[in-house]
Amino acid sequence: MTNASLMTRETIVNVLLALLLLAIPLGASAMGEPFYITLATRIAVLALAAVGLNIALGLGGLVSFGHAAFFGLGGYAAGVLATHAFDGVPLFAGIPGTDSMPIIWLVTVVVCGLLALPIGAISLRTTGVYFIMITLAFAQMIYYFAISWPAYGGEDGLSIYVRSAFPGANAAQPLPFFLICYAVLMTALGLFWLLRGSRFGAALQAARQNATRLSAVGIAPFNIRLVAFAVSAMVTGVAGALFADLNKFVSPSMMSWHMSGELIVLIILGGKGRLFGPVAGAMLYVLFEFALGGITERWQFFLGLILLGVVLFARGGLLGLLAGKARHG
Amino acid sequence: MSIALLIEQILNGLQLGVMLFLMAAGLTLIFGVMGLINLAHGSLYMVGAFACAAVAAATGSFWIGLVASLVAAAAAGAIMEVTVIRRLYDRDHLDQVLATFALILIFSEGTRWLFGSFPLYLDIPPLLQGAVPLPGGGQYQLYRLAIIGVGIVVAVGLYFLISRTRLGMRIRAGESDREMIAALGVDIRTLYTVVFALGAALAGLAGALVGALQSVQVGMGEPALILAFVVIVIGGIGSIKGALFGAILVGVVDTMGRFLLPKALALMIPAAQAGPIGAALASMLIYIVMALILAFRPSGLFAAQS
Repeated sequence: MTNASLMTRETIVNVLLALLLLAIPLGASAMGEPFYITLATRIAVLALAAVGLNIALGLGGLVSFGHAAFFGLGGYAAGVLATHAFDGVPLFAGIPGTDSMPIIWLVTVVVCGLLALPIGAISLRTTGVYFIMITLAFAQMIYYFAISWPAYGGEDGLSIYVRSAFPGANAAQPLPFFLICYAVLMTALGLFWLLRGSRFGAALQAARQNATRLSAVGIAPFNIRLVAFAVSAMVTGVAGALFADLNKFVSPSMMSWHMSGELIVLIILGGKGRLFGPVAGAMLYVLFEFALGGITERWQFFLGLILLGVVLFARGGLLGLLAGKARHG
Repeated sequence: MSIALLIEQILNGLQLGVMLFLMAAGLTLIFGVMGLINLAHGSLYMVGAFACAAVAAATGSFWIGLVASLVAAAAAGAIMEVTVIRRLYDRDHLDQVLATFALILIFSEGTRWLFGSFPLYLDIPPLLQGAVPLPGGGQYQLYRLAIIGVGIVVAVGLYFLISRTRLGMRIRAGESDREMIAALGVDIRTLYTVVFALGAALAGLAGALVGALQSVQVGMGEPALILAFVVIVIGGIGSIKGALFGAILVGVVDTMGRFLLPKALALMIPAAQAGPIGAALASMLIYIVMALILAFRPSGLFAAQS
């Protein structure tokens, strides 16, 4: 099989996955089953978070075990801004809160970017296990800060009374909210695709494959990785803001190391570094959670077994299974 | 602030440090010898605590429970190594993180299945109940002092095991060149299983000892695991000396931070704000220390040459 035909096969699988994710809530809406719309929204939002991580982990080979921090920061950006808008109390220095999604996303992107740059700059001095552990440490730092800071609910979390608004759509309804999340997910996938094909993406993947050679041709791997880490954090942050709006609730558990682990799991289940890997992974994960959770209270036990099986025996994830091996290692 | 209170807090820090050392020693040994990052080490800690609590409740003896915790954790570790871990040695760290993350899910849910969701309680053995007077007028729990003692004994024991025995020689050889020692006729697979079971037993011991101070429940291993990772990363992964130093540092810094930071802040800002800000800063303190150390020494304080 040539590269071209493999690409086509992956493209077909990708299109089918995108259509499937869109068809579930449309069908559910037609049959009056809003629960499945929420389920599909959950898939889209988790997939978006994992698309973000996939930029760092899949393309750059940067195994961040702390991306839940950015996920949670996005959640808190949404929660805090919406709370201030609801109460009518200015945030600080007379700046009001807001319940407009685009503004919340913008704030999230800025906050996550501003935090990811110093975190990345320190973390990227290390490699391998040290990188995994230092990203975990930064996430724990932010997690404990959220737990012990009483102003926004501390350990109990923060409820969002009214879901934030999107101009021209009634986001309080399940279907329009799903479509917003879906559109953001598709935009992020577009960004991932553009990045991967760009000069920057080529340099990033080269930094993963052989950093010494990349330096030898005059490109500093550090800068490339730092930018990738920051962009990756921003995308995951926006997913966090949507997740908070989906649940109308944000708590420190969004930042826990368990969440960081789950984000990595989504990517591996779907296929690392693949465009639609996170989408396939999120679909599988939510499906397991829903199907196993319906059969047994102990679904995490079986999720663990399945995950173990995937890591040990089915390398390449679901997309590896459906669309053949990835084009490059 | 009295001297006795200060001494008590320092001892608490040492006791936390010793507990972390028991966890971190196994973790760092496994990484040093096998190159494996094991998230499920916290599950072995939990297995030790549950085994001790269950056996102590059945037999009425803490000491039999303690032996049971060593046996159960070592057995769980050996089984884990033979069935799963063995397949992960030549995989990248990402696969290791994921597979051992999956093991955590299995162990946590499995334990909940066996023992239910309610915590178990473990009493301090009669021999170690009571308190010791401190200079300056305070008293200190004898049991916590005993934990510090156990930690010192284990540290010295590990030092002799690794530097003076045949097994230790093989462990050191395995760290520096695994192909060569296999070529010299050492059964490397068994060696790996033994090292893994040894690390597991130490984690189980830590779990059992701490089980008498806190409640024994599912999920107790995860905070200990993350702190143990902080310890080995600060100390330099693969270095037992680094693990000891890192554990004491993390234990003392964490305990003293929680004790002193709110007080120190209260001198500068109103007490009503100093409390929460101090607590927030204190809970972040060890991670800040870790980030600072890694920023200046990216492979830890006592990095083993690799």
